[in-house]
Amino acid sequence: MDGSAIKDALSLMDERGSGEGAGYVAYGIYPDFPDCYALHVFFDNIVEPKSKVDDLLSKWGVIVHQEEIPTYEQPRLKRQHIPWRYFFKPNKDLMVGSLTPEEDIIIKTVMGINSGINGALVFSSGKNMGVFKAAGWPEDVANFYRIDSYKGYIWLAHNRYPTNTPGWWGGAHPFNLLDWSVVHNGEITSYGTNRQYVESNGYKCTMSTDTEVVAYLFDLLGRKHELPENFIVKALAPHFWDEIDSMQPRERELNRAIRLTYGPAMMNGPFGIVVARSDGIVGFTDRIKLRPLVVGDDGDRLYISSEEAAIRTVDPDIENIYMPKAGEPVIGRVVI
Amino acid sequence: MSLGSVPLKYRIDIDRDQCMRCMRCVENCSYGVFRNEEGKLILNSRKCTACHRCISMCPRDAISLKERPVDYRSHSLWTGEAREDIINQSRTGKILLAGMGNAKEYPVIFDRLVLDACQVTNPSIDPLREPMELRTHIGKKPPRLEFKKNEDGDVDLITELAPNLELETPIMIGHMSYGAISLNAQRSIAKAVSKVGTFMGTGEGGLHESIYPYQDNMIVQVASGRFGVDINYLDRGAAIEIKIGQGAKPGIGGHLPGEKVCSDVSCTRMIPLGSDAISPAPHHDIYSIEDLAQLVRGLKEATQWKKPVFVKVAAVHNVAAIAAGIARSSADAVVIDGFRGGTGAAPKVFRDNVGIPIEAAIASVDRKLNEQGIRNEISIIASGGIRNSADIAKSIALGADAVYIGTAALIAMGCRVCGSCYRGLCPWGIATQREDLVKRLDIDSGSRQVANLIHAWTYELSELMGAAGINSIESLRGNRERLRGYMLDEGSLDVLQIKPIGA
Ligand code: SF4
Ligand code: SF4
Repeated sequence: MDGSAIKDALSLMDERGSGEGAGYVAYGIYPDFPDCYALHVFFDNIVEPKSKVDDLLSKWGVIVHQEEIPTYEQPRLKRQHIPWRYFFKPNKDLMVGSLTPEEDIIIKTVMGINSGINGALVFSSGKNMGVFKAAGWPEDVANFYRIDSYKGYIWLAHNRYPTNTPGWWGGAHPFNLLDWSVVHNGEITSYGTNRQYVESNGYKCTMSTDTEVVAYLFDLLGRKHELPENFIVKALAPHFWDEIDSMQPRERELNRAIRLTYGPAMMNGPFGIVVARSDGIVGFTDRIKLRPLVVGDDGDRLYISSEEAAIRTVDPDIENIYMPKAGEPVIGRVVI
Repeated sequence: MSLGSVPLKYRIDIDRDQCMRCMRCVENCSYGVFRNEEGKLILNSRKCTACHRCISMCPRDAISLKERPVDYRSHSLWTGEAREDIINQSRTGKILLAGMGNAKEYPVIFDRLVLDACQVTNPSIDPLREPMELRTHIGKKPPRLEFKKNEDGDVDLITELAPNLELETPIMIGHMSYGAISLNAQRSIAKAVSKVGTFMGTGEGGLHESIYPYQDNMIVQVASGRFGVDINYLDRGAAIEIKIGQGAKPGIGGHLPGEKVCSDVSCTRMIPLGSDAISPAPHHDIYSIEDLAQLVRGLKEATQWKKPVFVKVAAVHNVAAIAAGIARSSADAVVIDGFRGGTGAAPKVFRDNVGIPIEAAIASVDRKLNEQGIRNEISIIASGGIRNSADIAKSIALGADAVYIGTAALIAMGCRVCGSCYRGLCPWGIATQREDLVKRLDIDSGSRQVANLIHAWTYELSELMGAAGINSIESLRGNRERLRGYMLDEGSLDVLQIKPIGA
């Protein structure tokens, strides 16, 4: 589907934001470059930072194609960066001793650019997908990128009410690393602990906001540790000990092992989160559900939202709408 | 030439109008301050240690105590204490002994750290209405879990977890041996920890038979003197701790004066009656980190790998690297004891000058282990000068898994931190083996008071966590975002890895 309905759904929730940040991510939008990593970059200008990024990328692989991301001026949206996209193929022979050399090169270059090159920020780095975001109201950001001209099979969208880094384009959601994209409503009170954990595993937090750790936690637990989605959610929003104590022995052992091993990955504070990957999405809330989450399911399509109204905007006839329990994952898989 | 006497340390005064001549103070003072001469109450203030036993027992509040009633000519460098130490040493030619922890006026870092609370952007959590989890696991954790799909399509966990201690609160009671403290004191603590679901250390003093019923809550200690260690002792403990050093006196061994070695102590420690129990400064089978790793493995072999093994070190300058070395052995936890840690007896020069504060030690160990990507694989237990629940919350936010308290537990049983434990005359029945004094400590009330203290602090911890929007202790651990430094210099902020207030 194209992005027009998503734009309408998100714009319906304008009063949840402040016009200082909105964004979209869509999977399946670059069928012409299915094997390339699509790097979306905000450049402050295309002279200095860009030549540095070009150099770094050419060192680690081949830039198959690059262009400015087409944008269309909006009266209420002040342009701060030049959004650019690279279609990039890493040279995996350059990363020795890694089981996933391509991904590790991408992580290394993304972290390297974001922490080391002034005036350049990579905000999207997966294959055949892309994030589009800016500081502005949802409809303006959508029109700025002409979101309705992209066709994707998974869409996430987010409207921001910033408190920490208002007006910064990089601070808008979704956050992305490789295949993982995250939208997040809430505040992570365990951020300090989570940040240390991901940083001690080789990630660098550069966005000065808590949401990025969610992407890194999913990458670490999902890609590197190969945990299935429902176990990742069990690690990030684990069962209470009281519940674990009353489980059957097998279940109990499993949940105890997850809590002990992944204690520093556990997320606290109020949150509703949806994470997407090319093969599906998973939505969940914190353990005591301090933020809303509504699910709509019409058999073919799965909708997850903070508000039922947004789901009904996209599909007015939907019948199966429900609210998942606290901490319980809602998983949608892509069926081909 | 005679040096004469030094001025009084404390002066005891009796309000004679109030006094009813019940003579309770005479009975209670084990240091001999009070005398009953034919119905007249006679005082010798020079013997007073400020243990407050008389004051707390006097029915008329007739006793007052003044510290340093005699002034010296004031001088900021040549303090009264500096002068008196010289006078004493020139008289005796000996090392000065002192009890309890570091008594010098270093700034207390805990008091320059402030905690965080939620406002608007996230709700605080009410521990009375929502679950609040303080359960803590001490022991090795795997770096990751591995699973295998079985025939039914389910996933099986193939990673095996090492045995961990399960605590219902992150507060444990540190090692105070039978010998250093009385059996009643140890039994009171043992009863308290088994009631609240936590653990205590035996110290280097063996395990007395009357503690056996609480053995599942005991951490047995192997120190350089190996006192009381045999396979029975190791098998009975829930965990084993190798003591390398102690915060109150890093780098030197232990000394239990012969006066405290009564027959029961001598049996439990397996040493002759009345002999001084002297533990050597180093373990003579540990001259390097690999020797330590071997001892850890040896103890694990001896107990069939069923028990976690901890290693306790004093917080010294290089503590982070030492802890990283310990983390690479099969040890399950590293215990760091800060320079304010208590002790029965230590040379004063060590107590007051060697080692670093626990706050800095926790932070630098946590940072080093994080840098090496092995933080969650080993537990950090912090001890040495923890006075209240806020100190515990701050310790955990700096990176500790749990804390040991020592002095605080003694205070809960009556101790007033007079610092004369090494004399074996503790009038509260704690740091003594004299039967009449030991009897003063009732095990039921002692254990109730210690349990009360742990309960109270645990409640306060859950309130602090709830206010910070955290409902599980894992999310406080190492969470320096929730701390700010107040009036700390940049160097300290950097070591602690925290921001200043307002930032
Ligand atoms: S305990 Fe108090 S009232 Fe009794 S003799 Fe001593 S000072 Fe007097
Ligand atoms: S335990 Fe030591 S410091 Fe406490 S009152 Fe007894 S002798 Fe004094």
